Amino acid sequence: MDKLKRVTLFAGHYGSGKTNVAVNYALKLKKEGYDVAIADLDIVNPYFRTKDSQKELEGNGIKLISSLYAGSNVDLPALPAEIYSLVDIHDRYAIFDIGGDDRGATALGRYADAIKEEDDYELLLVVNKFRPLSRTPELLLEIMHEIETTANMKFTGIVNDSNLGTETTAKDVLDSVPFAEKVSEMAGIPVRFTTVTQNIYDEVKDRIRDLMVIHLQDKIV
Amino acid sequence: MSEKVLMKGNEAIAEAAIKAGCRYYFGYPITPQTEVAAYMSKRMPKIGGTFLQAESEIAAINMVIGVSSTGKRVMTSSSSPGVSLKSEGISYLAGCDLPALVVNVQRGGPGLGGIQPSQSDYFQATKGGSHGDYHNIVLAPSSVSEMAMLTAKGFNLADKYRMVCMILADGTMGQMMEPVAIDDIVIEEVEKPWALTGTNCARPRNIVNSLYLKPEQLEQKNFERFEKYKKVEENEVMYESYMMDDAEICIVSFGITSRVSKNAIVTARAKGIKVGMIRPITLWPFPKKPILDAADKVKAFITVEMNMGQMIQDVELAERCKKPVYLCNRTGGMIPSPEEVLASIEKVNGGEN
Repeated sequence: MDKLKRVTLFAGHYGSGKTNVAVNYALKLKKEGYDVAIADLDIVNPYFRTKDSQKELEGNGIKLISSLYAGSNVDLPALPAEIYSLVDIHDRYAIFDIGGDDRGATALGRYADAIKEEDDYELLLVVNKFRPLSRTPELLLEIMHEIETTANMKFTGIVNDSNLGTETTAKDVLDSVPFAEKVSEMAGIPVRFTTVTQNIYDEVKDRIRDLMVIHLQDKIV
Repeated sequence: MSEKVLMKGNEAIAEAAIKAGCRYYFGYPITPQTEVAAYMSKRMPKIGGTFLQAESEIAAINMVIGVSSTGKRVMTSSSSPGVSLKSEGISYLAGCDLPALVVNVQRGGPGLGGIQPSQSDYFQATKGGSHGDYHNIVLAPSSVSEMAMLTAKGFNLADKYRMVCMILADGTMGQMMEPVAIDDIVIEEVEKPWALTGTNCARPRNIVNSLYLKPEQLEQKNFERFEKYKKVEENEVMYESYMMDDAEICIVSFGITSRVSKNAIVTARAKGIKVGMIRPITLWPFPKKPILDAADKVKAFITVEMNMGQMIQDVELAERCKKPVYLCNRTGGMIPSPEEVLASIEKVNGGEN
């Protein structure tokens, strides 16, 4: 990849794994020495949130900006004003976790002008071919265009996050590569990286370019 | 077998309903079940079905009454406070002997409560929940694939007995994602000679109604309905028995807490404690017999529930107070941890309770 853009935004279909990718990406950048903060812009999903990884993020010195109400009993699509500090002040790297589908991208719309004006960003489309409503490149493109229209921004790259949760096999990941490439070709934007968990990394590392090792957020059951 | 996809429990309900022949969905958004409606809103227009976001839960359930009267498969879904709003309509469905699928993805209560998961609508679901003498069939899934399987089964049962079938899930079940292949869905077609399909002047008109002017008639109708319920109790009980062969302690738990309990059972077994579980899949009809049978073999029962102790009453009734029944619970949106369940098992095993 070229020089790292100051702002990286993860958007895509509901349940494609944006939050998990965003959290892992923030940890990776931090490890590589970047001063990075992450903002939770999800106004759609009330349950699984960036905030679930609060301890891990803050323990690694990554600032998390999240709704006061995330993970609480209040179902309020409110965003903290502090998010503007990542948009308007350009002194550190910023990662944005956007809510699912066009509904989730509504929240991005209000920051879009400032982000485009700075013009130092990547808007990445997170894709998972194993999600039922994005099984084909055509369906994914439909979702992509809906998000672009709502967010008033264009995607610049693709993250192949195709997975079946903890049951994902090396074959599943390998099978997903042509799918991601097809989406890339149709959308006219490159695949930036493919995600893989540590347990299957060795099996696929020689066969897929630009891999990013991720771990899954903890669940109790 | 079709390829697996990664689905949320709520999405699995919606997709299974479509595969089971449901083409009419009426609902109103509420966390944590909104993905059912969101999924339906994407899929129904593409397959010639109807998705309608009603102006309220009350409107939605009355639309369900309307479509069900015509003999078509129809459903609605909501979460706890929304199901309370639907309860009048559910009683009318029962009084009209109309089949329908109603989904409750429970959250903490009472009142507006909160959006985190709970099982505190057990009483409401299994004891009727609205006015009059009636029952719903109540199914309690404990995995995403069971969310799908029981949804399809629920439509078949509803049609077969002309009853409301309720899927009683919780916020965790609705939100969690698991790989699932939704196939093997069998639509059991049932003749519906009672449906309002237009007479074409070729038959006497059908009437769908729950009003009886003469008490003798209403009493008779209720007697007949309870004969039907008796058949459901005889034929449709479903449960899972887990490590019960040599068990000295029997956990009874459904839905998400049964998964937590399984983890605790494995740990307890490793410590030499003989514990097993009966997991009711039908909450009504309740698996009374396996619990009564277990009462002769075990020294105690523990119910693990996310409420202040609701199913525990059915367990006590089923085992006729032969053995003590203890409660391991969290409420208000909290989920018991495997460690908490294990502590409860160890306490009962040590006879400290």
